[in-house]
Amino acid sequence: MALLEVENLQTHFRTPDGVNRAVDGVSFEVAAGETLAIVGESGCGKSVTAMSILRLIPEPPGKIAGAIRFQGKDLLTLSEPEMRDIRGNEISMIFQEPMTSLNPVLNVGRQIGETLRLHQGLSAKDAEAKAVEMLTLVGIPEPGRRVREYPHQLSGGMRQRVMIAIALACNPKLLIADEPTTALDVTIQAQILELMRDLKHRVGAAIVLITHDLGVVAEVAERVVVMYAGKKVEEAPVGQLFRTPRHPYTQGLLGSMPKLGSSLTGTETRLAEIPGLVPSLKQKIPGCVFASRCSHATDLCVKVAPALELKAPGHIAACHYATKEGAIAA
Amino acid sequence: MSKLLDVTDLKKHFPIRGGFFGGVTGQVYAVDGVSFHIDKGETLSLVGESGCGKSTVGKAILRLFGITDGQVVLDGQRIDDMSAGTLRPVRRRMQVVFQDPFTSLNPRMRVKDILAEPIRNFGLAKNSADLDEKVAKLMDTVRLPRDAVGRWPHEFSGGQRQRIGIARALAAEPDLIICDEAVSALDVSVKAQIVNLLQDLQAELGLALLFISHDLAIVEHMTHRVAVMYLGKIVEVAPKRSLFAAPKHPYTEALLSAVPVPMPGAARQRVILRGDVPSPINPPKGCRFHTRCPYAFDRCRVEEPLLRAIPTALEAGHTAACHLHDRPEAENPLAIAKGQALLAV
Repeated sequence: MALLEVENLQTHFRTPDGVNRAVDGVSFEVAAGETLAIVGESGCGKSVTAMSILRLIPEPPGKIAGAIRFQGKDLLTLSEPEMRDIRGNEISMIFQEPMTSLNPVLNVGRQIGETLRLHQGLSAKDAEAKAVEMLTLVGIPEPGRRVREYPHQLSGGMRQRVMIAIALACNPKLLIADEPTTALDVTIQAQILELMRDLKHRVGAAIVLITHDLGVVAEVAERVVVMYAGKKVEEAPVGQLFRTPRHPYTQGLLGSMPKLGSSLTGTETRLAEIPGLVPSLKQKIPGCVFASRCSHATDLCVKVAPALELKAPGHIAACHYATKEGAIAA
Repeated sequence: MSKLLDVTDLKKHFPIRGGFFGGVTGQVYAVDGVSFHIDKGETLSLVGESGCGKSTVGKAILRLFGITDGQVVLDGQRIDDMSAGTLRPVRRRMQVVFQDPFTSLNPRMRVKDILAEPIRNFGLAKNSADLDEKVAKLMDTVRLPRDAVGRWPHEFSGGQRQRIGIARALAAEPDLIICDEAVSALDVSVKAQIVNLLQDLQAELGLALLFISHDLAIVEHMTHRVAVMYLGKIVEVAPKRSLFAAPKHPYTEALLSAVPVPMPGAARQRVILRGDVPSPINPPKGCRFHTRCPYAFDRCRVEEPLLRAIPTALEAGHTAACHLHDRPEAENPLAIAKGQALLAV
């Protein structure tokens, strides 16, 4: 049994001018200890998916439907107090912006200790001792002094390390990281990614990594879900996705990224563009969500939504024309 | 090639006020002695991490604030000490595209007014029919439909707004456009559209670009030369291929190896820097990078290295500020071309 099973998740928001189908029928599984990346561009529903798993979506105006089974238990049927026992304890989350997600008026030790006192009933003293231990784990120098400091005294990279320490304090089985390195500089990003890889081996938690950066995906993920306009359009093991992307959107995304080192290999080409814009999520799209921007689209694509089909072992894609043998000819 | 822009020893320090009487208690050495030039029709990229001073350099050239010291020469004319009145015609020749397409357009102006303003300000249109024609042509240039001129900025997507921002910069018929993180806020697929547009425009109009960015993959894709900044100083300037194939400064090497590449399982040589960038209020003595440099030795802590030509570089015009190049080649880890191993190509 998978650690997390998300089945036909639909998170819709009621707005004055219609229902916004931010996530519209997304299913995936995460095995224990696995790293799954969810990638897509802004507005594709990847963050809403993450927030829905922890039920952090305000209802109303939001509405979550479908099933989210964590260790066989459907999180959507739990009461709020039961849910609170899970958040930060069995499933925890790292947010993008370490500046705004830490409390500016509490010292770092209090913030790490909070989850420990709440979920494990530690005393204030034990919680602080454990907080120092967690700071050591995430590689903060002088943890004994830093534990008393406030977020404004820390750099961006250190704040993100503190966020990771808070998230891992209770030994969660699942860690959801929503764009954990997007706000950081590249050299700091490299530090944090290295830390996440290292901690994964030591702590053994499964990770759901939400990102728009395909480079980050290639570095840390084992499996990848590609989302577009609220739908999952492709899912594959990481190597396979980058080698033989089956969905035209994934192909387009990979083609529109300049490759570092292209000046060395002499492979500098014009970047591929995906024409047009993401469709509005407020109208029901009868056919393929990508049809309006896809160069291969036919009448069939506009009329009938393609089902997610197995194209290779572990590799599924929602496209009428992606073959089992390989990607459609460009 | 003739030089369009020549910057010499540019410094910009921001005073820190504090204390009981609000006196100056310190200085932020945001840009501390930066020299480079841009040829006509050339793209020079300024790369570095946040806080290294790259945006300050751009703003100082545009004279969005006065500079502390140094000299900025545009096409043979010194512009850093010009009075506001004499500067005005010079401003037409250098324009800017900002990072955030949502805040850099006036929400209460229609697109046609946004584009007409610079044309009118610099008296580039003969009459109102000519003005309308110029605005329509600008829409063509940035591949937006002509009939969208009557719309408001909020009616456009992020990528389209950035096209309007570019059209506004082009309206003044400049020689130099400073792109300050102009594609950083855009999604991958839209980013490609804008990068292609900028490249096309440069080829069509012969523009020079100062491309300020932290995204090395985009920089490699569109630039001719690269200048790498760290803590208010330029540490390396080189033609693109020379820099990416054989970086000659340890910071450049670390930057290149830190960029995630979309190749799962790529075997790369890693240089992971420890610690954070020091504060520009109190920069380290000697080489500013020595606190994080994996190769630092005694001399780096006391003597500041100067930017100079590197004999082991791949191409001419490759300069770096590092003492390692004074050592015998066997003791200089940057003597060989490491780019392939760092980027896993």
